[in-house]
Amino acid sequence: MTTSAQTVIRPARAKTAADTATVRRKQGFQHGGWFVAPFLTLFALFVIWPLLRGVYLSFTDANISGDSANFVGLDNYREALDDPLVWDTLGHSAYFTLLVVPCITVLAFFLAMLAHHIERGKWLWRLCFFAPFLLPSTVAANLWQWLFNPGTGMINHVFGIDTPWLTDKSYAMLAVVICTLWWTVGFSFLLYLAALQGIPDHLYEAAKLDGANAWHRMVHITLPMLRNITGLVIALQILASLQVFDQAVVMMDFLPGPEESTRTIVQYTLEQGFTSYRVGYASAISIIFFVIIASFAVARMWLLRKGEEGVR
Amino acid sequence: MTATQIRVSSPKARKPWTPSQILLTLLGTAVSVVFMSPLAWALFTSLKSETEAVAVPTHWLPEKWTGQAWKAIFETGNITNWFVNSLVVSVCVTSVVLLVSALAGYGFARTEFRGKGVLLGLVMAGLMVSPAVLGVPLFTTVQQMGMVDTYWGMILPQCAPAAMVYILYKFFQGIPRELEEAAFIDGAGRWRVFFTIVLPLSRPSLAAVGIFTFIASWNNFLWPYMVTNNPDLMTMPNGIATVMNSYGIQWAQLMAGGLMAGLPLIIVFVFFQRQIVAGVAHTGLAGQ
Repeated sequence: MTTSAQTVIRPARAKTAADTATVRRKQGFQHGGWFVAPFLTLFALFVIWPLLRGVYLSFTDANISGDSANFVGLDNYREALDDPLVWDTLGHSAYFTLLVVPCITVLAFFLAMLAHHIERGKWLWRLCFFAPFLLPSTVAANLWQWLFNPGTGMINHVFGIDTPWLTDKSYAMLAVVICTLWWTVGFSFLLYLAALQGIPDHLYEAAKLDGANAWHRMVHITLPMLRNITGLVIALQILASLQVFDQAVVMMDFLPGPEESTRTIVQYTLEQGFTSYRVGYASAISIIFFVIIASFAVARMWLLRKGEEGVR
Repeated sequence: MTATQIRVSSPKARKPWTPSQILLTLLGTAVSVVFMSPLAWALFTSLKSETEAVAVPTHWLPEKWTGQAWKAIFETGNITNWFVNSLVVSVCVTSVVLLVSALAGYGFARTEFRGKGVLLGLVMAGLMVSPAVLGVPLFTTVQQMGMVDTYWGMILPQCAPAAMVYILYKFFQGIPRELEEAAFIDGAGRWRVFFTIVLPLSRPSLAAVGIFTFIASWNNFLWPYMVTNNPDLMTMPNGIATVMNSYGIQWAQLMAGGLMAGLPLIIVFVFFQRQIVAGVAHTGLAGQ
């Protein structure tokens, strides 16, 4: 607000300066198309286009060479829903997810609490718990295949047992789960650790003054403050675990495992596409799988929104 | 601010060993030993001869220490090729992802353009698409572009990570607008504001995005496995899993190769772990 005296003395100049400022400020935030263009180009080519193409292919009998695809309507979907192997392999992926998600969440929380509360050598604990995540999945899988090896493996030797980990139906998936826990818990551990460090100290100090013991402080401060991150860890783990492929395949030498018990939905889809050359059918399974994954993500968003409303 | 300062200065004034600290440290040590022993087992196996590696009964330390396996993988195998390929692919992917997702994150967070809401929704949907979910259609797309068995075919499909855009988008939304407004009023252009004000402020987030992209790309198995058949073009995880596993596994060599694939990242982590944890906290990954 310029005073009237100033406006009278230099009306034109004052007006222009103010105008330019507003215009510049507004323009600064406009026309951002060029910022997003490079990403959107790559995104359209390698995410959106394959998705649309997958939908198209799922209605055809396309093979891997790409020629002579005929429109077959819903045949692929009908076949997929009747295919016992689709349900079996989906079941294996779901079973894996059910085992991995709770274990990893609890283990990651436990490790983060340890690393956060031990006062000395914090870098060492961080390194030890996170290091396995830095290995390629195939290396972790080979390593555990070697550890679970019935004759020469260390696991049976150390525990003095004789379990046929990789050749018996009842243990094979468990072996894949154990390998996965060791290999990927580090990532969730890091998320929890960062969240723990973000809890303000004064909350604990106030609780201490009020006479709360360590257990009470954990139940009434730490756990509620970690609610959001736990939701994130579980959501990310569900999405990642449903897509399990690498470990299972490498640990079983690229075979479906004992009595096909570790063949996952991803593995089955890729077999249909690349081994049986049935691109159309594989695409149909992919789309069904995509819908399952997407419904989990939508459910999470719905839960989040509901949670926020609850708080308000 | 004060919290970090206190934390930094505490190591000098050593706290006494309370019973609970002793207990926790012992527990931590035990868990760490369990976590590290598979890696130690890999290392010891790689330093045995092939016959000793599969000898029964199994034993931890080599009776005769030998570098045979390490020498063999360098002399006979393709491993140096794979290492270079991994490096080329990961460095390219990381650079492109950093540039492209920082620009897009800023564009979505701060600028207005037509169709922004719809596009942002598409990006969210893209969070659920991966080579594991849509491998076959993605492969046929890349095949049509003639990029099977090329570096481009391995690199480009890894360069559109919706997750990284989303993380940076969230972060840029948190930067106070006034900083940019002041610069605009002084006559700075949008690109100048982005590169000289916004990017320097985002260093910890960019570091976290860069590091996690590099890890993901260095360790990526599924996509390179689908798109390359040529052993000369394979990356470390791919080469180790397919070629080294194909004709009669030689465990000592396999463990040596595996360590060679894993050690570079572990060494990098030793030096940058503080930044990585700070970056995770900073990107708001932790606060979602």
